[in-house]
Amino acid sequence: MLISKQKPLEEILSYVEGDKSIFLIGCKGCAEGWGSGGEKQVAEMKNTLQEKGKTITGSVVVDMLCDGALTKLKLRSYKKDIASADSILVLTDGAGVQTVAEVVNKVVHPGCNTLSSGGAHAEWKEAERCLECGDCVLEFTGGLCPIARCSKLLLNGPCGGSQGGKCEVDPSIPCVWQQIVDRLAKLRQLDKLERFVTPKNWSVSLISGPPVKRFP
Amino acid sequence: MKTKSNLERVLESKIFAVTGELGPPQSADPEVIRRKAKILKGHVDACNVTDGQTAVVRMASWAACIMAKEEGLDPIVQMTCRDRNRIALQMDVLGIAALGLNNMLCLTGDHQKFGNHPTAKGVYDLDSIQLVKMVKDMRDEKKFQCGEAMSVEPHLFIGAAENPFADPFEFRAARLAKKAAAGADFIQTQIVYNVDKFAQWMKMVRDRGLHERVKILVGVAPIKSVGAAKYMKTRVPGMDVPDSVVARLQGVPKEQVSKEGIKLCIDIINKVREIEGVAGIHLMAIEWEETVPEIVEAAGLLPRPKLVT
Repeated sequence: MLISKQKPLEEILSYVEGDKSIFLIGCKGCAEGWGSGGEKQVAEMKNTLQEKGKTITGSVVVDMLCDGALTKLKLRSYKKDIASADSILVLTDGAGVQTVAEVVNKVVHPGCNTLSSGGAHAEWKEAERCLECGDCVLEFTGGLCPIARCSKLLLNGPCGGSQGGKCEVDPSIPCVWQQIVDRLAKLRQLDKLERFVTPKNWSVSLISGPPVKRFP
Repeated sequence: MKTKSNLERVLESKIFAVTGELGPPQSADPEVIRRKAKILKGHVDACNVTDGQTAVVRMASWAACIMAKEEGLDPIVQMTCRDRNRIALQMDVLGIAALGLNNMLCLTGDHQKFGNHPTAKGVYDLDSIQLVKMVKDMRDEKKFQCGEAMSVEPHLFIGAAENPFADPFEFRAARLAKKAAAGADFIQTQIVYNVDKFAQWMKMVRDRGLHERVKILVGVAPIKSVGAAKYMKTRVPGMDVPDSVVARLQGVPKEQVSKEGIKLCIDIINKVREIEGVAGIHLMAIEWEETVPEIVEAAGLLPRPKLVT
């Protein structure tokens, strides 16, 4: 079970500031279980955003959003609603957010922080997708996680060792910052990378916070 | 002038600057520092002292800097995020400034995998750009990273590195812009052997007007042997050594290769000097410091302005 908690509303609103229309996605798996992005929370978020003057082009709560193949299939029936939205807000853990970012060519905002993977992995096992840092940065990185996939955990990358799309530390793995730049270029969002990303709050992560956590 | 840095003074007077590099020993031997510093003295305006380069344990940069300063250099403390979290970094910043050192180069650091303690835990609490911003805020806002105020601020001339040859190439100037915006006063580049590609990068830098916001010092280094050139070409990530460079060294008799490597370095200095927006060179004659006087003289960069700190 991946344990997530919704980000503070002000933070979510700052992410969608420039967007008029939004498509909402939740998950019937872990996010439903933890009350961060199930049917109920997606409906509540829809109301909240509408009250803030946003148009919600549609919403869906997917079974196991972190399963890439399943999500791709499911989102196909919402093609039009997704296409007409400026962005997608995803209410689930980091693995689910990254799955959506990978299968949809659209700006994806993370609505939750992942507190713990509860000892389990997400369904899409081809790459380590979430390191349960508790302070999700996918908003700034095109939906690809530099905490889980950059050898130096850079938030303002890429470093000087990225060459040919590979990481200098292990050329068998892709440089996630090359992937981030590629994806943001495709979305015409490269300007996002010109913004300074501030030092991270590590106190909410499992690797730097207390070894035992209380969950919501 | 923001600081008492000799390098800042030289750059502000629009004099083409020369910085050097000094690698501390893998021991507690102070004589290594003093010997290298004596060679560099009078030939450089400031001198980087590396901070556990390639993640190998060496004498601390700041400690070696103190000795280098006693020998008459204006040292640049290198500071990496690999080994220190934001608490340790800020403590070092305060100490370095209090000891009378004037310059700091902010780096993420070579990954621990490449060094002699590959099982170490890398820290990477901040990245190099966040480090630049933190030191600038300490100096100009008198604030710690947490926002708390301090009474006496550290007057450090702030540097950062950039690699014009790493990927994605199109993004490299944007990254430089971020470093400039974060507060870097000067930039030292990766060693340049591919002058054409460097010139292309400089054009992107000028298009953004960055050369007017941050002083750019071009990394240059003599090559000792054909083997070294090939090693850098194939084994060092982020290095761009064109075939023509290897061929030039291969084209001379074996006993003349190192001489040719020095000549090549001088040629590159002469070429990059002509590129608009280049404010100086950073000469990295690593473990070959004795070539520095010869190179600087042959490139017509002597005498250096009298050192004042």
